[in-house]
Amino acid sequence: MIVRISDDSLALALGADALASGFEAAGATVERVSSWGMHWLEPLVEVDGIGYGPATVDDVSAILDGTSALSIGPIAEHPFIKPQQRLTFARAGKTRPLSLEDYEATGGWSGLRRAQAMSGEAVIAEVTQSGLRGRGGAGFPAGIKWNTVAKAQAPRKYVVCNADEGDSGTFADRMLMEGDPFQLIEGLAICAHAVGAQTAYIYTRSEYPHAIAKLRAAIDLAAAIIAPLHMEVREGAGAYVCGEETSLLNSIEGKRGVVRAKPPLPALEGLFGCPTVVNNVLTIAAIPHILSEGGAAEYAALGVDRSLGTKPIQLAGNIKHGGLYETAFGISLHDLVYTIGGGTASGRPVKAVQVGGPLGAYIPPAQFDLPFDYEAYARADALIGHGGVVVVDDSADMGRLARFAMEFCAVESCGKCTPCRIGSTRGVELLDRIRVGAKVLDPVGALPQMHNAPKVARTADQDIALLEELCETMKFGSLCALGGFTPYPVLSALRHWPEDFQ
Amino acid sequence: MTNERLQEILARHAGTEGPLLPILHDVQRAFGCVSPDTQQAIAQALNLSRAEVHGVVSFYHDFTEEADPRPCVQLCRAEACQARGVEALIEAAEAAAGNRVRISPVYCLGLCSVGPAARIGDTLHARLDAASLVRLVEAA
Repeated sequence: MIVRISDDSLALALGADALASGFEAAGATVERVSSWGMHWLEPLVEVDGIGYGPATVDDVSAILDGTSALSIGPIAEHPFIKPQQRLTFARAGKTRPLSLEDYEATGGWSGLRRAQAMSGEAVIAEVTQSGLRGRGGAGFPAGIKWNTVAKAQAPRKYVVCNADEGDSGTFADRMLMEGDPFQLIEGLAICAHAVGAQTAYIYTRSEYPHAIAKLRAAIDLAAAIIAPLHMEVREGAGAYVCGEETSLLNSIEGKRGVVRAKPPLPALEGLFGCPTVVNNVLTIAAIPHILSEGGAAEYAALGVDRSLGTKPIQLAGNIKHGGLYETAFGISLHDLVYTIGGGTASGRPVKAVQVGGPLGAYIPPAQFDLPFDYEAYARADALIGHGGVVVVDDSADMGRLARFAMEFCAVESCGKCTPCRIGSTRGVELLDRIRVGAKVLDPVGALPQMHNAPKVARTADQDIALLEELCETMKFGSLCALGGFTPYPVLSALRHWPEDFQ
Repeated sequence: MTNERLQEILARHAGTEGPLLPILHDVQRAFGCVSPDTQQAIAQALNLSRAEVHGVVSFYHDFTEEADPRPCVQLCRAEACQARGVEALIEAAEAAAGNRVRISPVYCLGLCSVGPAARIGDTLHARLDAASLVRLVEAA
């Protein structure tokens, strides 16, 4: 009997290894596969297509008898899985991550083979036709970026995969790197072929040791297939800001992860001064499907408006059914949080969701009809970012979360630009004043040299006005998204839950 | 001995493009820190100034100038784990840790749907409550 258990690090954190040993001891053959993405059921056991979870070693014999009460029926028919449109995560739960045989049998390398028979220009035309936009958050059209690099004249070019998934509430990159590393490798190889790059780097976080190990093993296995392209994994060192593309490039070069001013664009002067494509894991991983026969048109047929294709959404935080949900753009938060996510894990009412990581706005339930679409979110002063949805229940103190956002920015700021470096620290101080309601005169303002500073303490309203002004400065004056988007969670919390700031 | 291992690490990355971060990772793993003396040796090998190497070491959270021999439990304190109640576990974890174990915050282990989550070495733990976290800290 073949028993399938995930070896994704989330399953490992929940005891999947011990469970697998339990099944082996009971005489079953265990296959370690990628995760289906139903995280509340992990470790999930699959026997003949039927799922059992969350399972422990004590459940082994009942699962093998088929009498276990943990049965969820056929996994592929599960209401969390069935409505999904999985293109990037088509293999999730189905293949062994490091099996070239499984990858090949599920259509692997066909995109690369087809691309290699085409000119770089033709490949880029298909990527453009698919409407694929950068999945890291900014949503820049991938085809245009590739075209810029392809047209640049230089002896050396690079492809860099941004796998520095530092946003809280996001794990799709990790799942893809651990669950389907060959797909990422194939996407990078196609990109390198299209733009004429000789070297590809995957920059990922040191917090993801399992992903790093899987990728390195997969690159070794695929070396002959992607030759002469040279591919390497580079490990970050705990700096959140290195998820920003220019600081990421500095980090690979062995420098402090400080943001670079743009222009020059990395597409023209990127890694080591050479033209460089920098794309997120999910952007690159969408490529093999797009380059398969008819893939581009199929991709472009999904989604809404200018947000085409599918988006792997990550349901996280205080949610009952957390996990990975890949679907076409346009789905509402209401469907995501209630219909699919089942509401909060704590059973309390939902207070807010934060979409797009630590830099994303907090959205109140009143706005849950917002369609998942880059432009619709931008109009609502929010961002999709990397597609992480973090649910918080009514016990959350939004004032504390706003302060956390500012403090996080202060700690992680690279220090290059003033609005982010100093603004975030002043922001924390202001929020502290507002939250404790202290009516004390600012000690710096009280100095005799500060002729123009008011000599009476600011009122709460004046403090809030000052905070809003500070946020404006950070939003428009910062060099990168860290300083530029930290005001989003702060201002949205302030706007929708002013009572939490008193 | 230290020097031999350092030379070995430097030699391993001789052909690497942008070798500083890979070297620093290997040094941090081998020695538990990147000491000022080591920084000097790395600077010399890469034809960089000590200031440049020091700047990189001090920029990244993963590198330290002094070794801390205590076992380390990294506890995720980011938004998703906060939403799942990690803050309520801190007091118990710190009490269990005392001075013997270092509890250090980490901002996201990518286990955001099953937090609170922790990492000890390369082993991950999720769905922690006060009791299971205290057990982890005590066994660390």
